[in-house]
Amino acid sequence: MSELTASQRLDIIRHKGRPTVNDYIPMLFDRFMEMHGDRLFGDDGAIMGGIAYFKGTPVTVIAQVKGRDLAENQKCNFGMPHPEGYRKALRLAKQAEKFHRPVICLVDTAGAFCGVDAEKRGQGEAIAKNLMEFMTLRTPIISIVLGEGGSGGALALAVCDELAMLENALYSVISPRGFASILWKDAAREREACDLMKITASDLYDLGVCDYIIPEAPGGAHNSPEQTANNISSYISKALERKLKKGLDELVNERYNKFRIVGEFNEDPRSDK
Amino acid sequence: MLEDLFSMVKVRFNADQTEDNRKKTDIPKGLLFKCPRCRNVTLADEFNKRGKVCPNCNYHSRLSAKERLDITVDRGTFREFDKNMISKNPIDFPDYEQKQIALREKTGLKDAVVTGRAKIYGKDTVIIVMDSNFMMASMGSVVGEKITRAFEYATRNKLPVIAFTASGGARMQEGIVSLMQMAKTSGAVARHSEAGQLYISVMTDPTTGGVTASFASLGDIIIAEPKVLIGFAGRRVIEGTIKQKLPDDFQSAEFMLQNGFVDMIVDRVRMKRVLSHILRMHNYTGEVQSK
Ligand SMILES: [Zn+2]
Repeated sequence: MSELTASQRLDIIRHKGRPTVNDYIPMLFDRFMEMHGDRLFGDDGAIMGGIAYFKGTPVTVIAQVKGRDLAENQKCNFGMPHPEGYRKALRLAKQAEKFHRPVICLVDTAGAFCGVDAEKRGQGEAIAKNLMEFMTLRTPIISIVLGEGGSGGALALAVCDELAMLENALYSVISPRGFASILWKDAAREREACDLMKITASDLYDLGVCDYIIPEAPGGAHNSPEQTANNISSYISKALERKLKKGLDELVNERYNKFRIVGEFNEDPRSDK
Repeated sequence: MLEDLFSMVKVRFNADQTEDNRKKTDIPKGLLFKCPRCRNVTLADEFNKRGKVCPNCNYHSRLSAKERLDITVDRGTFREFDKNMISKNPIDFPDYEQKQIALREKTGLKDAVVTGRAKIYGKDTVIIVMDSNFMMASMGSVVGEKITRAFEYATRNKLPVIAFTASGGARMQEGIVSLMQMAKTSGAVARHSEAGQLYISVMTDPTTGGVTASFASLGDIIIAEPKVLIGFAGRRVIEGTIKQKLPDDFQSAEFMLQNGFVDMIVDRVRMKRVLSHILRMHNYTGEVQSK
């Protein structure tokens, strides 16, 4: 794998030809049937969900949708979900649990949408609820960051048994732009922020957040969506094999511990309790 | 998401600072409190006695963790957990250690949350109090770990949890490690809830970003203090998106109540009573032995 900087990878994931879930889903799954709506408010085009076969096994797919032109982007709100998107994801995840289907989440978002309606409908509550419910969901969950993993809006689909990232994907607590504007009051210093923030797949592997790095086609996924999809597919096969043989109690305990151990602090040994 | 949160918090609440008081030359500093909301002047003693609430307009000023504990738990009953825990620098963020050392000195806090066990009118509870004086109570490793441990302790010992939340959101100086604290704390809430125990979240000023999008929004009962800021995204980010000014009450406690995300708004002066009634209604009646 090449040793690109985070900002070079940012260019790759922003490449106009970078495959989106609309490209990957037909290559990864058979008979994908899309299911709409959160049953509470509406249907969010930024999160697509449904059921499909993965190499013969029924699975639930939950994916963040990015568009490649203006029309597509208007439909999917530039890949930035509203609360109803997260609630649809939760509905489908609960359904997967009921029917013992593994859940495959494909993450690709700049973040949850920031707007008046999103606030009115409880963006914070919707994300929080997903974090809590996914943590105890009694079925395997595999999450793969395809491009951008933007903050809480990505995390809401990334509480999982295994987190994989495409080689050039980035996953961060705040967008590099947002980081630059807080730290230096200058959003234009985005690239500099990008390289400081430790947000590449290998950074996150070192920090214990990312479990597997999936290679892309040489030079980036846009050079061969098929080859990249093949790599994702063989990753999913192995991940499901690892997780489907576990008992559900063991699975859920390990998921809790996967997140439980993240954090770096010191304590005085004489600290009480 | 956080882009303008910090500046927003400042813009909206900088008025809380005592700048106006400082301008007064005839009266010694600190004897008077001038309310940033209604401009009414009160004796500082009177203001403090009321839990830092303006007697004229009911403005609820921010409290430190210590001040909050003093007005919430029975005197002498607070037993602090993990009081020496301090953060490392997981992504080698420039000057993060120095910034923390300076803040520890200035605030007397080790990080942005105080957790422990206490009694409220004789009833045992685990209590979590965030303190916005420490890096706007942003959530990093220490905040996430202490909150998680507090919930785990409560789960083991069959105790309720009361969390006074206040936060600017995630702590960007800890990068992805900070984001993961949202999942970690939410997981601990899930286990406490599955064990059948009660969690009361009390949202205080300001409860925003990653804290709103994790444990703060997961209470069985969610209470807010009047007029406090509660939201996910920064106001200026949203204003930038829609290209217009938002009304003053946008993302207030009242706005959240109206939209169905808060159970009730409770004045500070009644808070301790209300909490104790809720504990009693859930059969938390007295002493619980710790394991
Ligand atoms: Zn007032």
